[in-house]
Amino acid sequence: MAVADATTPLPQAEPATRAEDRTPVVVIDDVHLVYRVAGRRSRANAPAALYRMLRREQAPGTREIHAVQGVSLVAYRGEAVGLIGPNGSGKSTLLRGIAGLMAPAKGAIYTHGDPALLGVGAALLNDMTGERNIELGCLAMGMTPEEVREHFQGIVDFADIGEFISLPMNTYSSGMGARLRFSIAAAKTRDILLIDEALATGDASFRRKSENRIRELVGQAGTIFLVSHGLQVIRDTCSRVVWLEKGKIVMDGPTEQVVDAYEDKYDPQARTKAAKHPAESSI
Amino acid sequence: MTDVQDSTLALERLSAEELATRFGMARAGARPPLSTYLRDLWGRRHFVVSYTRASNAALYSNSFLGQIWQVLTPLLNAAVYFLIFGYLLKTKKEIPNYIGFLTIGIFFFTYMQNSIIHGARSVTNNINIIRALHFPRASLPLGTTAIAFQQLLASLCALLPIVLLTGEPVRWTWLLLAPILLLESLFALGMALIIARIGAAIPDTSQFLPFVLRTWLYMSGIFYSITVFTKGKPEWVRVILELNPGALYPELARHALLVDPGSKLTPHVWTAAIGWAVFAVIVGLLYFWHGEEQYGRG
Repeated sequence: MAVADATTPLPQAEPATRAEDRTPVVVIDDVHLVYRVAGRRSRANAPAALYRMLRREQAPGTREIHAVQGVSLVAYRGEAVGLIGPNGSGKSTLLRGIAGLMAPAKGAIYTHGDPALLGVGAALLNDMTGERNIELGCLAMGMTPEEVREHFQGIVDFADIGEFISLPMNTYSSGMGARLRFSIAAAKTRDILLIDEALATGDASFRRKSENRIRELVGQAGTIFLVSHGLQVIRDTCSRVVWLEKGKIVMDGPTEQVVDAYEDKYDPQARTKAAKHPAESSI
Repeated sequence: MTDVQDSTLALERLSAEELATRFGMARAGARPPLSTYLRDLWGRRHFVVSYTRASNAALYSNSFLGQIWQVLTPLLNAAVYFLIFGYLLKTKKEIPNYIGFLTIGIFFFTYMQNSIIHGARSVTNNINIIRALHFPRASLPLGTTAIAFQQLLASLCALLPIVLLTGEPVRWTWLLLAPILLLESLFALGMALIIARIGAAIPDTSQFLPFVLRTWLYMSGIFYSITVFTKGKPEWVRVILELNPGALYPELARHALLVDPGSKLTPHVWTAAIGWAVFAVIVGLLYFWHGEEQYGRG
C-alpha cells in the first residue's frame, strides 16, 4: 500500500455512522490472479490433444494474463467500495476472485459469508420466465418457500419490467435483465454483494432506485463492491474507492479524493463540466 | 485515509490468515466440509423441487402435444425396438410376454440413461446461475436426476396399463417396484454426480456419451434375454452381464410385474442391486463434492 500512501494526503473524512463497526468482511492479502486464454490454435491432432489432457498440460498457444498483481486490501462491514480504472486494469477479475470463481495464483482472499456476483449479460436461467427466475434465484440463495412468497411481489415491483416478468429471460433487453438480476440478488440482506457494471445498462430511474437499495444494504451492514465506469454512480454510492491500474492499486481512499485524482488524470474536462451540471456527468 | 491505514495495520499486526480466522472468515470459494455440504444441500431441497418442476414444464413448452411427450417418447422407442428386434430379428423367441418384457426394460433403462445424459450437462447448462449465486452445486445433478425420475413416473402411467393389457394379473409383487425404484434412483443419482463433474471439466463428454450409453444398452439385455443369448457360453459371461446395473434394475422390475419373465433371477441379484446403489451414491457424492471449487471457474 506504499503507492497509495505516497500519492494521497491523509484527511479525516471518515463518516461517523460506521466508525464503531470495524469487522473485516473481505481480506485480500497480496493476491495475484492469472487467467489463461486460448491463443492461436495450433495444428494439434487428436492423439496429441488426448495426450495433453491425460498429462494435464496446457494447449499450446495458451497465453496467461496476469490481471491482478499483488493487491492487498481489507473491506469492513457496511462499506461500499468502488473499483475504478481503465479497461483491462483487473477490476472484474478481482471481483471474480472475491466471488471465489478464480483461485489466486499467489496470496489469499478471505470472505465472511457468501458473496453474490452480478455481472453484465448473464441471465440466471435463460429459458425460464422472469417469475421463475425470481423463485429459483431466491430458493438457490437459501430462502424458504415462505420467504420467497413474502419477497416475491417486492422483487417484481422493484424490477418494474411490466408484462415481461411472465416471459422467458432470453427475450429481455440487457437493461431489463440487469434490473431483474439486481432485484433478485438485492432482495436478501447479504454480507457481500459484488456488482460488475450491472447497473450501467439500466435507465436513469432504475439507477436511482438501485443506488438507494445499495445504500440501504450498506446501512444493514452489508458490504458492496461496485465496478463502474460511470464515475457519478461511484460518487453517489461509494464511501471508499480503489483505483486499479495494470493490476495494481494506484490509490485507495475516500471517494471524493480518489475519483477527483482519477478524473484529473483521464478526463480533466469532466470535472469542470461536473461542477456546472452535477446530475448529467455519469456516462 | 483511515481505511487504508487500518487495513495496512491490521495486515501488519496479524497475518491475513489470523485475521480471517479471528473474524470467522473463510477462503473465497472454498469447499465446505462434507457434513456442512450435505446440510446445505438439504437446505436447498425446495430449490431442487422447483427447479425440477420448472424444467419439466419448459422442456415441452414449444411442442403441440406438450407433456404427453413424456409418455409418448418411451412408447415410440418401445415400438421401434419391437419392430426391429422382436419382429424382424426375432429376439422374442422364448420370452412369453415380449411386449411387457421390452417396455419394462426400455422404461427402466431409459431412466438411468436420461439421468446420466442430463447429469453430464447439469453444470455446464447452468453456468450463469453458478457464477451469480452461491449454493451447493450438487443441487443441479440432483435436480436433473429428479427430472428423469419424474419422466419415469409419467411413463409408468403408460406402462402399467400395457402390462395389464398383455394379460398379467395384479399381484403383491408389484409392491416391489417401490424398493426397486429407490435403489435404481440412488444408482442413477450417483452416476449423474460422477458424470456431472467429468462433464464440467471436459466439454466433449456430451458428444462422447451417447456412444457409451448405446453400447451399454445393447449389452444389457433390454430387447433380448441374456439367459437365452448366452446359452452355450461360459457361466461367468452370463453372470457378469446380468449383474451389470443396466440389466439388473430392469430385470428386477420385470420379475415384479410379469408372472413369467422368461428367465430365473440370478442369485444375489438383490445384494448386487443394493451394492451398486450404495456404491454409486457414496462415490458420486464424494467425487462431486471434491470438485466443488472448480465449477463455474475458467
